[in-house]
Amino acid sequence: MNFGQSILEALESLNANKLRSSLTMLGIVIGVGAVIAMLSIGAGAQSSISGSIQGIGSNLIFVSSQRSDAVRNPKPLTIEDAQAIADPLQAPSVAQVAPTIQGSLEITFGRESVTTSVSGITANYSQVNNETLYQGDFITVEQNYERASVVILGPTTAENLFGYIDGVVGQTVRLDGQPFRVIGVLNSKGGGSFGNQDDRALVPFSTAQMRLIHRSPSNRLDSLTVQAVSAESVITATDEITQILQTRHRTAVGADDFSIFTQQSILDIANTITGVLTVFLGGVAAISLLVGGIGIMNIMLVSVTERTREIGLRKALGGRKRDIIIQFLTESSLLSLFGGLIGIFLGWLISVIVGKIAVASGTPFTPVVGLDSVLLATLFSTAVGLFFGIYPATRAANLEPVEALRSE
Amino acid sequence: MEAVPVAEECSVDNPVIVANNLAKIYKMGKVEVHALVDVSLQINRGEVISIMGPSGSGKSTLMNILGCLDLPSKGEYILDGEPVSTLNDDQLASIRNRKVGFVFQSFNLLTRSTALTNVELPLRYAGISSGRKMIAQEALEAVGLGPRIHHKPSELSGGQQQRVAIARALVNKPAILMADEPTGNLDSKVGQEIMDLLLNLNKESGTTLIIVTHDPEIAAQTQRVIKLRDGLVEIS
Ligand SMILES: Nc1ncnc2c1ncn2[C@@H]1O[C@H](COP(=O)(O)OP(=O)(O)OP(=O)(O)O)[C@@H](O)[C@H]1O
Ligand SMILES: [Mg+2]
Repeated sequence: MNFGQSILEALESLNANKLRSSLTMLGIVIGVGAVIAMLSIGAGAQSSISGSIQGIGSNLIFVSSQRSDAVRNPKPLTIEDAQAIADPLQAPSVAQVAPTIQGSLEITFGRESVTTSVSGITANYSQVNNETLYQGDFITVEQNYERASVVILGPTTAENLFGYIDGVVGQTVRLDGQPFRVIGVLNSKGGGSFGNQDDRALVPFSTAQMRLIHRSPSNRLDSLTVQAVSAESVITATDEITQILQTRHRTAVGADDFSIFTQQSILDIANTITGVLTVFLGGVAAISLLVGGIGIMNIMLVSVTERTREIGLRKALGGRKRDIIIQFLTESSLLSLFGGLIGIFLGWLISVIVGKIAVASGTPFTPVVGLDSVLLATLFSTAVGLFFGIYPATRAANLEPVEALRSE
Repeated sequence: MEAVPVAEECSVDNPVIVANNLAKIYKMGKVEVHALVDVSLQINRGEVISIMGPSGSGKSTLMNILGCLDLPSKGEYILDGEPVSTLNDDQLASIRNRKVGFVFQSFNLLTRSTALTNVELPLRYAGISSGRKMIAQEALEAVGLGPRIHHKPSELSGGQQQRVAIARALVNKPAILMADEPTGNLDSKVGQEIMDLLLNLNKESGTTLIIVTHDPEIAAQTQRVIKLRDGLVEIS
């Protein structure tokens, strides 16, 4: 029996039961559609999250102090720690160090007042953290030296205080009651995956330390952002920083009073999480594909029962087991192949819609329907059709011709 | 060498069916049904035979065994020189395809397919791919259905449907044609037309005809009547 003929015949018989064929196909359509949509949304989420992690800067290492029961005499991170790490002799792999001190403060303008996160930063902050300005200037080394009363506002903070953004530069606001001149407004970073990064204020580190955020000891700081000289030297830089801090803090081996994350490690964690999420969602979707496959098997079994007499006749006319098996497998595979193709389209549609909704709600996020997931879905759905067709087909092929012909 | 056609004329020496001591026992739980007890017969090439007998006497059972649809529980069966009892399912399918044509009481056509496609089916199972439509069309013309080849069974009368079935049975030029009550679902006039067609085909192509029937008028038109009773051949 030639192949084209089997396909024609299978189409004929699927066509004879249009409603049933479409309903059976629907199971596969939904299954494949769900798999495609979930995989593409997962891939979109992954690239969006890793994009925003990479957007923080490049080759970054984050150092913060960490309280631990294992450390008997924990020491905070200090300016001197930062200076030691910035020393090219002690840490040749380190390019820059940006210390920050952070607090939540009230900012007022006229009658408006907002409470927001205020960071004391150094002049290299913008470089290290990939920060750009919408208007105005960054905090300079001199301003840090002079403990100048200047502030840079996030766009949301400016909007909340003034009701507008343009022309905010040059105005005077009060932080903790003290007058500060607005010298710049940050560019929006969007909602991103880490909450709103647009509602905050930046002041010179020295100013914050002396006048706004009181810490004891006074040279204490909250975190250090370190930039390595290159992507390859991130690991060496991490080792150097660990070495310096362990020496300076005189901590015992294995009992550090600080913690170090690299950007890469955060990226890895995020990728692992989104990966697990994608697999999980894809798995749930795959179950619906499985259910679709069982639907095919169910309908094929019904079809075999209904067509017992036809099968008997085909055997009487010389149809071998193989011919009967091919006939039924062709039908089930075609069902699942068509279902799969429609499902790919449906999944693509869903992911496009999800992408549009995400953009509309302010989260730039592009689901990606990869060629690999399309191939996977096509292969998988056809395999489902074949697999779940095998049992009904062999059942048909094993019917005794005499018995089959006698059935009504 | 001139003796060969003479030998073929001489029917005694040229059996197409040789059955020795056939028995068929159906086991239904603990009860055994002896559908055939002990049947021996010989049918010669080109013969027209009818099988008669009361209901339940084993006519269809015998027919199924002679047509290689079923294997006997006991006994030996040789069809057109091939011993059948030892063959597996696929070999039996191939024998049925090449050597046996079936005509059923209820026509048994594929309802979704046209007359032509129905007649093509045995050719497809025979692995013939080129000229299949032509051969099928010729077979349909031979049974007088030339203008109706693209009709579906639902668009044909009972007699026409049975003609399609006969075309289908003959399309592979089988050695024997088995018809289990071929006129049972037709009125006597159409039944006689079908009978005439079968006899005519036998005359023209020499196909051996075996017809199971309850109708003595049909049986009277055959060369030999085999009477069955309780799974045994009645000697008359
Ligand atoms: N598959 C089967 N299982 C059990 N018993 C069967 C089976 N097929 C036939 N029989 C029995 O075998 C006997 C012969 O049946 P068969 O169908 O050959 O009769 P028949 O002569 O063709 O009858 P009819 O004229 O009614 O068609 C009957 O008693 C029947 O009940
Ligand atoms: Mg019968």
